[in-house]
Amino acid sequence: MPVMTMIEAIRDAHVVAMERDRSVVVFGEDVGHFGGVFRCTKGLQERFGTDRCFDTPITEAGIVGAAVGMAANGMRPCVEIQFADYMYPAYDQIVSEAARLRYRSAGDFTAPLTIRMPVGGGIYGGQTHSQSPEALFTHVAGLTTVIPSNPHDAKGLLIAAIESDDPVVFLEPKRLYNGPFDGHHDRPTVPWSSHDLSEVPEGHYAVPLGQAAVRRTGTEVTVLTYGTMVHVSLTAVDETGVDAEVVDVRTLVPLDLETVIRSVTKTGRCVIAHEATLTSGFGAELAALVQEHAFYSLEAPIERVTGYDTPYPHTHEWVYFPGPDRVGKALRKVVGA
Amino acid sequence: MAAVVGAEVADGRGRPLSLAVPGPLSGAGSHSSPGELGLSGAGEVRRPDVDDPPRKMWDLATALIRVIGDDGRAVGPWAPTLDVAVVQRGLRYMMLTRELDRRLLMDQRHGRTSFYMQATGEEAIACGFAVALRDGDMNFPTYRQQGLLVAAEYPLALMVGQVYSNELDPLHGRQMPVFYSAREHGFFSISGNLATQFVQAVGWAMGSALKGDTSIGVGWIGDGATAESDFHSALVMASTYRAPVVLNVVNNQWAISTPESVARGGAATFAERGHGFGIPALRVDGNDFLAVCAAALWAAERARLNLGPTLIEWVTYRAAAHSTSDDPSGYRPKEEPLRWPLGDPIDRLQRHLIATGSWSEGQQAELHHEVEEVVAEARAEAASRGTLQSGRQPSARFMFEDVFARMPPHLRRQRQQAGF
Repeated sequence: MPVMTMIEAIRDAHVVAMERDRSVVVFGEDVGHFGGVFRCTKGLQERFGTDRCFDTPITEAGIVGAAVGMAANGMRPCVEIQFADYMYPAYDQIVSEAARLRYRSAGDFTAPLTIRMPVGGGIYGGQTHSQSPEALFTHVAGLTTVIPSNPHDAKGLLIAAIESDDPVVFLEPKRLYNGPFDGHHDRPTVPWSSHDLSEVPEGHYAVPLGQAAVRRTGTEVTVLTYGTMVHVSLTAVDETGVDAEVVDVRTLVPLDLETVIRSVTKTGRCVIAHEATLTSGFGAELAALVQEHAFYSLEAPIERVTGYDTPYPHTHEWVYFPGPDRVGKALRKVVGA
Repeated sequence: MAAVVGAEVADGRGRPLSLAVPGPLSGAGSHSSPGELGLSGAGEVRRPDVDDPPRKMWDLATALIRVIGDDGRAVGPWAPTLDVAVVQRGLRYMMLTRELDRRLLMDQRHGRTSFYMQATGEEAIACGFAVALRDGDMNFPTYRQQGLLVAAEYPLALMVGQVYSNELDPLHGRQMPVFYSAREHGFFSISGNLATQFVQAVGWAMGSALKGDTSIGVGWIGDGATAESDFHSALVMASTYRAPVVLNVVNNQWAISTPESVARGGAATFAERGHGFGIPALRVDGNDFLAVCAAALWAAERARLNLGPTLIEWVTYRAAAHSTSDDPSGYRPKEEPLRWPLGDPIDRLQRHLIATGSWSEGQQAELHHEVEEVVAEARAEAASRGTLQSGRQPSARFMFEDVFARMPPHLRRQRQQAGF
């Protein structure tokens, strides 16, 4: 099986989807000739032509707005927003238009489009290249929100997203593009080739939307997490020796509640980890669901490990980032409670 | 440097800066006189070939294309060659639209619906534009283009049912009245977030071209909403990809209580906004049915010949209130609609047909009667399936459907909790 980085897996998903369906078109800022600033669309224009993969002016509202119209006309656009931090001009088109078109027209028009955007920090991007705005999407009725944590899932989930008949927001943890980042920024980068989930099947396959994955089985505590924090959490588990079960949520909405609740019911304890800010973050939703569905199994208060409620800082990025030490502390606290 | 600036202020050479904030205006709009409107006489404006270079058409964004003269005759290079039956049908659609508006407004007053919006005075634009449309073309309308549906022969009873939010409502009561959606009739779902549809029309047109289809996109926006960034996104996307789209700005002088000049700023006309994008732009008398048909056909031909987008500013006047929630007496004189120099589009087309000997007062009276009957029948049919007042609303079960293609577990749970 080919070994790929996250970038190569995402690129391969595009190739598979574009080969299978002529209505799949890819566009965004710098995605055409250049192949994207993170190179996720490299070679697509050369391979499929300028009608299938092309550059756009710098207009996020224009990119998503045009994609909505195109999708209503039978196409399946897969567009890139260069950084999630830049998506706000398109937010109206995502929230008021794409998300509600099927509903408000009673199925007369639909918007089967995928909106990709890199999220998360760890590249010294400061407050405009580091955000994790997933909660701004999970709060919106009609949006599917996906965030893969490895090359295998990235390909399978992106294919599923493109093939979905609904709009999908596809969040790519940029710190994972080139390796399974464990949260120790001061250590050498580990390449994807050393990780099992860099083995990516050739051709077509889908990782179903709405299904979580248990990355490590354990008995003492459940860690609910996604994206970069999956790897950070696994590192924290190794370093603390706590026998934790790590659930990679993968699709935030619709959520695989069954897997989440099964795990917390089994372990009786729960830590939630995400990189986004704390207040009203997706962790709050997870905590609410856990207490609603597994309250009588809980033996300790739920602990959240997240970014602080500040903008993402430049110089002190690693103070902000909820690394393995912070996750480890939460694990010990919850297990010791 | 600071010392120098301070010295200027001290010796009176520096003056405090100020803004040109639009105040409470005259209460008469800003284009109330023929001179200010740039009103040209019928037949005076030249008609370039559709494939002329955009730069050679720039004068058309400041002129006003008019066809029907004061004597009712069609004159000049823009006078369209239309079968008289097409023109008579156009008159009927306009009258149907006005009658539907009149009756549904009364229905709102009587509590049969929560809300209504009339297109009074603007009927020629939608009904005239429809002449240029073909099966498969897609309009991305605002809430004041109901004439497009009427001219597309959409069942009136369904329009009324949507407004009554009853069992007939194709949208299951999810949308406010008048927020229609009718794909088969070339009418995209209305949003309510202004301007979003303008760039979607461009995307739809791009999709058409990418698929190798022959249908075109048609965007609609009001004068006020041109100030939204989506207007600019639409123009830049249309310009960059030369999308097969016609982009219509309906300048009806008023954005609720705000005169069009507030959105227009220092620009001479809305049409001129196209020039910065290299998009040919026309400025057209929107109350002149024949001028509307001619300009729409010209712009649609440009799109169909792959010559790219056209921006059209339709100069018209919103003769009625913004909506049933609005009372214009607070911001404009009552008599202003009557003083409006471009007149009533229905009267003008009638006079044209009579002047050219293809219509009579008798036929006019007959048509008036027929239109009243057709609307009355549609209303009766719709009312038999319920109104906001009498009930028979769509099942609340519909509330939970169509959020996603397939209902996810969390919505299923919520629907069960709600008891449906």
